Amino acid sequence: MLGKTAGGLYWMFRGLERAENNARLIEAGFRIALTRSTNTETEWKSVIITSAAQQGFTAKHSEFNSTNVIDYLLRDTDNPSSVLSVVKQARDNARLVRTALTTEVWSAVNETWMLITELLKNPIADTDLPEVLSIIRQQSALVRGALHGTMLRNDIYDFCRLGTFIERMDSTARIIDVKYYTLLPSPSLVGSRMDNVQWETLLRSVSAHRSYRWAVEDDYTATNIANFLVLDRRMPRSLAFCAGQIVENLDYLSEEYNDRRPSLDMAERMAARLKGRDIHSIIEEGLHDVLGTIISDVAALGAQIEKDYRFIH
Amino acid sequence: MMGQDSVRTPYVDYDAWFSKQDTTRLSRKAQEAEAFFRRTGITFNVYGQSDAEERLIPFDLVPRILTAAEWAKLSRGIDQRVRAINAFLHDIYNRQDILRAGIIPVELIQNNDAFLPQMIGFSPPGDVYTHIIGTDIVCTGEGEFYVLEDNARTPSGVSYMLENRETMLQMFPELFSKIKVQPVSDYPKNLRRSLAASAPASCEGRPTVAVLTPGIHNSAYYEHSFLADQMGVELVEGHDLRIVDGKIAMRTTEGHKVIDVIYRRIDDEYLDPLTFNPDSLLGVPGIMDVYRAGNVTIANAPGTGVADDKAIYCYMPEIVEFYTGERAILKNVQTFRCSDSLQYVLDNLADLVVKEVHGSGGYGMLVGPAASKQEIEDFRAKLKARPSNYIAQPTLSLSTVPIFTDAGLAPRHVDLRPFALMSPQGVNITPGGLTRVALKEGSLVVNSSQGGGTKDTWVLED
Repeated sequence: MLGKTAGGLYWMFRGLERAENNARLIEAGFRIALTRSTNTETEWKSVIITSAAQQGFTAKHSEFNSTNVIDYLLRDTDNPSSVLSVVKQARDNARLVRTALTTEVWSAVNETWMLITELLKNPIADTDLPEVLSIIRQQSALVRGALHGTMLRNDIYDFCRLGTFIERMDSTARIIDVKYYTLLPSPSLVGSRMDNVQWETLLRSVSAHRSYRWAVEDDYTATNIANFLVLDRRMPRSLAFCAGQIVENLDYLSEEYNDRRPSLDMAERMAARLKGRDIHSIIEEGLHDVLGTIISDVAALGAQIEKDYRFIH
Repeated sequence: MMGQDSVRTPYVDYDAWFSKQDTTRLSRKAQEAEAFFRRTGITFNVYGQSDAEERLIPFDLVPRILTAAEWAKLSRGIDQRVRAINAFLHDIYNRQDILRAGIIPVELIQNNDAFLPQMIGFSPPGDVYTHIIGTDIVCTGEGEFYVLEDNARTPSGVSYMLENRETMLQMFPELFSKIKVQPVSDYPKNLRRSLAASAPASCEGRPTVAVLTPGIHNSAYYEHSFLADQMGVELVEGHDLRIVDGKIAMRTTEGHKVIDVIYRRIDDEYLDPLTFNPDSLLGVPGIMDVYRAGNVTIANAPGTGVADDKAIYCYMPEIVEFYTGERAILKNVQTFRCSDSLQYVLDNLADLVVKEVHGSGGYGMLVGPAASKQEIEDFRAKLKARPSNYIAQPTLSLSTVPIFTDAGLAPRHVDLRPFALMSPQGVNITPGGLTRVALKEGSLVVNSSQGGGTKDTWVLED
């Protein structure tokens, strides 16, 4: 496979994952803004920070309100991470690697791009927002479904999955970091009883408010939620799950190419740091520091994968 | 059919089927086809417009039909012409017998931008220059074919030929069981085989073929990816390639892999920044050296443009005769070189089609009968300033074929671009080709960039 194609697949699925994550973040922010009549500014600000869009946002807007934030994250083409930008980027990448995709996957991406471009042509009114966000999530699921259902399990598939999980792991780590910290100003408060609405928002932003109840069967507590999002291997957006998937896909590549490249060692080290850990020891160590390390590890791993598989040079 | 009294022979069976169809159903089918094209991304970009403007080429659901006998004549003529063009190129870049014989003026070659001195004294693998040729044909009556233009550089449109047939098969499967149509679906297989057969002598084992594209912003990108996909070969861009041990290699996830045959869809001048345009980022620095050392095949060969120039076109009957020893089977449209016949052309602008010698895509041309007084006067000034830049042709009384409109069938002008493949093993022409249709009533311009559409082209079984 061409190195460029591997890179195109990887970035295509990072883009689609990012679009979906943005939609979730907005939804969670929107819900909390609805339930609170005053001072939603902090909430919207944390949405922007989580999406790693603070610099670009403040260059254009002075106020963190729903109109500005939603527009910036959904429609603003100056924002390289807006849904509109990433969907276009994903579709451009899909065109680039079209010979590597089944007709079903290509059609799903192309249709997603057509639909979402049309959908986001004009600013979104609050009344239309839930439907728009749900379409974005559905389209992302459609592409994923086409990938699962029609693609050969070979290197092409592995690069798609690596893009998905690198992006997801980064996103989940940021979500926990931003939320956890705003909710817990000092480490001594960790484990104390929290505002349920806030916790639910955090779970909603990773689509886990329902699965939490089924899986954890317990009240919202900081440790339970942290454990669920960081360490629970049943939860498909948890850090441990993402790390496991990344190792698995790099392992398949190593088998297929019959060699072992540095990215696999890095990924295994990263996964090992989460495996068999206890959430209390992580909190003791300092959750923020641990998350910070994870975020930079994921970035370094992404760069190493690019290098190992010659995406660019 | 088409409001005429009688239905032309090749259309009899189709007409019988059509007359039983419900037009509302057909209209719905037409819409379905359009939605399918859009979803599949069978689009092209129009230069000079924002890249969000990906356009569909309108598809007409009435096929253009040729009899086996018409096709036999046409394909014989194309075969002859393609061989002559290839022989002409080899001659022009080597012994130049045709110039010595005084058949073509030397200036026409010397002052031709498409003539590449880098190709002088070099013979490409198997002496094949034009691996793929598209010959634009018009028709003035039954069996009366004229060649409008030869496309010997990187002819495009073959993906539409294939997709149009695929669409027809999906929309009207019953039609194909009633009427026996010669298939076109072997084209990708034949293309790959033909390219592989043109691999350099130094290639050992099964040749690796790749399609070289300028990238996703090129107007024909869809076709590039489609052909690579259908052939099962990699679609590469210049930055995927580099020279490794004197050969062209592509960067893969498993290291560099040698390519033996490059089907390039980028123009000569962008091919090698070390030899041609130094600013080009699309090509591969040094590829011409690898080529001249016999370590890669470039299809089509650099410098083939010298054969499809509109100034050379005038000499095509002589070229065919010179290299094949036979009279040309296909006629040329009568053509006036404006450098020789300026006064005649100026006097008859309202009746002529005037084209730029190096133009393409329907840009920079004047269709006299359809032009306003002002347009004619504007063009007159351009023509006077640079007569040698133009040729003129009479507007033929082109035959029409029916298209499907809201008001039923209506006649429109068409042309036809059959695709010929050439390798050291011979010439292969796919039965049919791309029919382009001028959708505007009375219009003669069929280019997709100018509002033309396409339709499926049927060659009936004997």
